[in-house]
Amino acid sequence: MKTRILMKGNEAIAEAAVRAGCRFYAGYPITPQNEIPEYLSWRMLEVGGVFIQAESELAAINMVYGASAAGIRAMTSSSSPGISLKQEAISFLAGAELPCVIVNMQRGGPGLGNISASQADYFQAVKGGGHGDYKIIVYAPYSVQELWDLTILAFDKADEYRTPVMILGDAIIGQMMEPFYPTDYKKPELPDKDWIIDGCEGRLPHVIKTLYMGDGELEMMNNKLQKKYKNIKNKEVISEGHFIDDAELIVVAFGIAARIALSSVIKLRRKGIKVGLFRPVTLFPFPENELFLISDENKRFLVVEMNAGQMLEDVKLAINGRSEVLFYGRTGGMVVSPEEIDKKILSLIDLKCNVKM
Amino acid sequence: MKKIVFKRPESLKKEPFRYCPGCGHSLIHRLIAECIDSFGIRGKTIGIAPVGCAVFAYDYFNIDMIECAHGRPPAVATGIKRTRPDKIVFSYQGDGDLAAIGTAEIIHAANRGENISVFFINNANYGMTGGQMAPTTLLEQYTSTTRSGRKPEIHGYPLRIAELLSTIEGTSFVIRTAVNSHKNLMNTKRAIEKAFRYQIEDRGFSLVEILSQCPVGWKMSPEDSLKWVDETMSKIFPLGVYKDKFKEAD
Ligand SMILES: Cc1ncc(C[n+]2csc(CCOP(=O)(O)OP(=O)(O)O)c2C)c(N)n1
Ligand code: SF4
Ligand SMILES: [Mg+2]
Repeated sequence: MKTRILMKGNEAIAEAAVRAGCRFYAGYPITPQNEIPEYLSWRMLEVGGVFIQAESELAAINMVYGASAAGIRAMTSSSSPGISLKQEAISFLAGAELPCVIVNMQRGGPGLGNISASQADYFQAVKGGGHGDYKIIVYAPYSVQELWDLTILAFDKADEYRTPVMILGDAIIGQMMEPFYPTDYKKPELPDKDWIIDGCEGRLPHVIKTLYMGDGELEMMNNKLQKKYKNIKNKEVISEGHFIDDAELIVVAFGIAARIALSSVIKLRRKGIKVGLFRPVTLFPFPENELFLISDENKRFLVVEMNAGQMLEDVKLAINGRSEVLFYGRTGGMVVSPEEIDKKILSLIDLKCNVKM
Repeated sequence: MKKIVFKRPESLKKEPFRYCPGCGHSLIHRLIAECIDSFGIRGKTIGIAPVGCAVFAYDYFNIDMIECAHGRPPAVATGIKRTRPDKIVFSYQGDGDLAAIGTAEIIHAANRGENISVFFINNANYGMTGGQMAPTTLLEQYTSTTRSGRKPEIHGYPLRIAELLSTIEGTSFVIRTAVNSHKNLMNTKRAIEKAFRYQIEDRGFSLVEILSQCPVGWKMSPEDSLKWVDETMSKIFPLGVYKDKFKEAD
């Protein structure tokens, strides 16, 4: 019989990484993700891996760049300002097609902001915060169970597609403790890493680079990357719907905002209000088709985010005018409460039917 | 019977250098390749190319190579060496790469005593981007961003990396050499050899700072730039061993 264990979100990520075979971690302290480096500082030693407290986020992710190029599963983690510093290297990792996992436990911004939960790095994560035409896979877990599962999946997908993968969490999910099933890791069949640099003994030398100066060379490289992203879009979308079929109003939310919205939706359903929740688990690839298919002129959508309206743009693009799309958000590390969401939903539903609470 | 006395090292590809005539980079590439050959470590050596004129080092070295973001080779080297401690890892970096944008990375890699070899090419300017001021540009030196010469009150002073790193406890071997004469070339080769040998023997961090002519950036003939290294540059950047932790043991 499987047993559940109790762990803090950040520690669940760290342990899941180790179970998935991650043997290199480099990071620089920043709240609210310090439990990840703290945990791995001793845990990596236990499993014969490498832990480095780097001099900066720049150095940390470039260490990961080296470790990944040398063929090992590698990870770095940080929170918003630190993730901003990593962007140049994320572009390099994407360009050099190096797999790795990057965790962003988001905090309030812009600037130093604050250390409360926020979802304001959606654009940065999903639209390519660094330079050039690239994408990374972005997972938005909403429970400690998902932190565990998606961290493991992230390492596999990183290797499968030779791409950086981001876990986009937030201060709440990283800090909260809840019981979960620590599923065992079974490594799927993955392509051989026949491209790594580990010395050219017995073979031709390998070169890992991002510079393509020849006429048309870089466009060819970009075409190759775009093909990969298309493939990812076709195969890797994960989303989840609750009470969608007869819903008149569908809340769209990711990560912790979805967790909070779900409690509202369940409560209102009990009162007979036809409300549902749609939750993207992958932010890239975004569940465009899934959203489009549930939209029509009789439904309305309410996007709830802990930012000023970022995923909102992707929801509108996906729905493409078929349904009305509304928004409710809090910023600056203010957490949306279930009561706020109830109120917002009721104010919208009230226009159509007359439900009393 | 013919005896070959000078041939291409195996660690260099059959690829003509595309550096400017008289450029120090090609000489230094050759010396590094000769040392890799002489240790017989070609099959287990990994080189890290900088962003700078030598970014194309991966086209020339006939070994596993990686290019990375400007200034970050010491971090990348750390990632590789820590995961593959049995391999030989070197970074090859210009003075913009190592002494400006990558200052933090080199200081901390040195301070951690990473068991790597760093070849630091000081040519007193940014060759690749068209001859702008580097941290190593001499006072009064003309560059495209110091048109009336480098002025300390505006631009600060030439940064002496070998001296600086020799004060860091984590370093094992720090030396400054040049490649403007036969004698200096031979000294540089010995220094590169030692840097590799220390790494092979797990003795930790080595940095070989090499004064390297950049005739195009300096707006001089190749011949004059050889003289300039002796007469001007090495007065500010004196050649010599700055630190050798294992000198006694040798
Ligand atoms: C982040 C970043 N900033 C600036 C540049 C532009 N750039 C390319 S090479 C270089 C300076 C290279 O000078 P140096 O390291 O001294 O090498 P050299 O060409 O002189 O050998 C600069 C500023 C870049 N590629 N990336
Ligand atoms: S610009 Fe200077 S460093 Fe660059 S290739 Fe030409 S001579 Fe060499
Ligand atoms: Mg230079």
